[in-house]
Amino acid sequence: MTAVLQAHGLGKRYGRRWALTDCDLEVPSGHVVGLVGPNGAGKSTLLNLAVGMLSPTTGTVEVLGTAAGTQQAKVGYVAQDTPTYSRLSITDHLKLGARLNPGWDDSLAQQRIQHLGLDPKQRAGKLSGGQRAQLALTLGLAKRPDLLILDEPVAALDPLARREFLQDLMQAVAEQELSVVLSSHLVSDVERACDYLIVLVDSRVQVNGEIDSLLATHFRLTGPRRNAKDLPRDQHVVTESHTDRQSTFLIRTDKPILDPAWNVSQLTLEDLVLAYMGRTAPAQPERPLLEVHR
Amino acid sequence: MIWLTWRQFRVQFLVVGSVVAAAIVILAVTGPGLADDYQRLTTEFIRNLGFQRLNPQLHYIGQALLYAVPPVIGAFWGAPLIARELETGTHRLVWSQSIGRRRWLATKIGMTGLSAIAITGLLSLAVTWWSDPIDDAINAGQESNTYLPRMFPPVFSARGLVPVGYAAFAFALGVAVGLVVRRTLVALAVTLAVVILVQILTPTFIRPHLMAPTDRTIVASAENIRGFMLDGSGPSPQVKQIEVATGVVGAWKLTDETVDKSGKALSVLPSWTIDCEPGGPPGTARETSPNPKRDACFQRLADEGYRQHVRYFTADTFWALQWREFGLFMLLALGLTGFSFWRIRRDLS
Repeated sequence: MTAVLQAHGLGKRYGRRWALTDCDLEVPSGHVVGLVGPNGAGKSTLLNLAVGMLSPTTGTVEVLGTAAGTQQAKVGYVAQDTPTYSRLSITDHLKLGARLNPGWDDSLAQQRIQHLGLDPKQRAGKLSGGQRAQLALTLGLAKRPDLLILDEPVAALDPLARREFLQDLMQAVAEQELSVVLSSHLVSDVERACDYLIVLVDSRVQVNGEIDSLLATHFRLTGPRRNAKDLPRDQHVVTESHTDRQSTFLIRTDKPILDPAWNVSQLTLEDLVLAYMGRTAPAQPERPLLEVHR
Repeated sequence: MIWLTWRQFRVQFLVVGSVVAAAIVILAVTGPGLADDYQRLTTEFIRNLGFQRLNPQLHYIGQALLYAVPPVIGAFWGAPLIARELETGTHRLVWSQSIGRRRWLATKIGMTGLSAIAITGLLSLAVTWWSDPIDDAINAGQESNTYLPRMFPPVFSARGLVPVGYAAFAFALGVAVGLVVRRTLVALAVTLAVVILVQILTPTFIRPHLMAPTDRTIVASAENIRGFMLDGSGPSPQVKQIEVATGVVGAWKLTDETVDKSGKALSVLPSWTIDCEPGGPPGTARETSPNPKRDACFQRLADEGYRQHVRYFTADTFWALQWREFGLFMLLALGLTGFSFWRIRRDLS
């Protein structure tokens, strides 16, 4: 499997502020990737770099095997706040898509608009937030891309519209066999839609990997107080907390946990994401950053 | 892309386009009548215009439109072209289609810019053609208080190629400013202000340097004196300046200064020149009445070597000067457009 998105030492600076530093990333194709992180972590910057909207200050970013921004026809992009031309009607938007994209699938676009129950003559400025997002998604999908990148597409939507949007997205992914990268600051969105996770905090990738395997290799250990250094070498500590007599570790390991002193429990995706988000970047200088490489 | 550009631009185009088209039609209809009048009345043509109502108004309207079109195009076609996309974020929608942003910019600037040049060109052609009898009559020496020779700044900027140059420059300026400030309203206001300022300042600060003017020294006399500037009141005012007629019909005089024997320009003339003061406005009894004191004054001016140093553009340099000013503003427009293409490659997310 080739990587749909590959970054090496990628960094982006605005003036004096680094929005993204030293980002190494490899996203295999055929996944719906959730990019999560707190606001201001650099999610938008990473995605904008990936679609060529921005150019990197340091490092490189490749999309579908070539430099970002060189294969516009194969990469769909739904920008943050799903911008549309407010004075143009839905029909105009579809016409725009048809005129500007060689691989435009007009029947798909028409079907989606019909399915959504939208009046094609309506101006985009009169649509609700959810309808606008759906229109932007339609433009992205009907382009028939190999990779669809969505930057916080549901951030401004109410829970119902949010669910509908993600369901539609999932359905399209199943039908079109495309890879998707989708950013969000809510774990629940990712849980609903994605099978691959990237956690970005303080402009650094904290963890990435398939959600199933991440959940299968992360555990919470509770037991008598113990020092993190005394754990076996193959158990990587993500977070730790201690009371006088008790220690709680959140660890990642590929091996079975043999020590009977521990009370081992599974993590939810939310636990896992929050653990990585709550961790400050230089917490474990002696250990490498935790990443799943495959 | 052509379709999208047209779809976004058609309202602005139709507003400006219909006003200009209406003006062109009216000028085309009335123009032949005006030309007939000139053929029929010849030397009485300009005087006769004073008794007409429609044609003087049309003359004025054509002139005003040619002044209005460049700033309007700059502010309402140029400034929002990119600024509105950046402001509403729609550039991220259109750039994520399968089209490069340079091609996108090239189509938008190309279509809108060429429309700007074409529309201004047609209007200027109509106004220049319509006004030709008047300009011709004035340049042939017919007297008028209303109509100025076409070399004079107010007329020159509303004839021929110069308005087209202004329009191209205004449009390119609007695009570039919009790209930098990224706010439609700010870009619009800045463009409007700058273009109007350029229209006002160009005749004074740029046009005189586009060509070498005719350079002459003239002896002031009771016959050719046209201006006499005094400073201070009371019994002994200072004479600051004397102006003379060049005797060249239709020329635009740039400077007119008194120099002494050595060729040095004077800021104040000798006190006795007060006697050279012209009597009254041309044609009145006072002016024509003999005045020995005045004649003596002019005689002394000539004898002591005082001369009027005048620089002017003659009427036959009209097209040469038009081409140069047009070229200058087209170059500026090209430079600004080049800047826009350079700027669009940079990060604009």
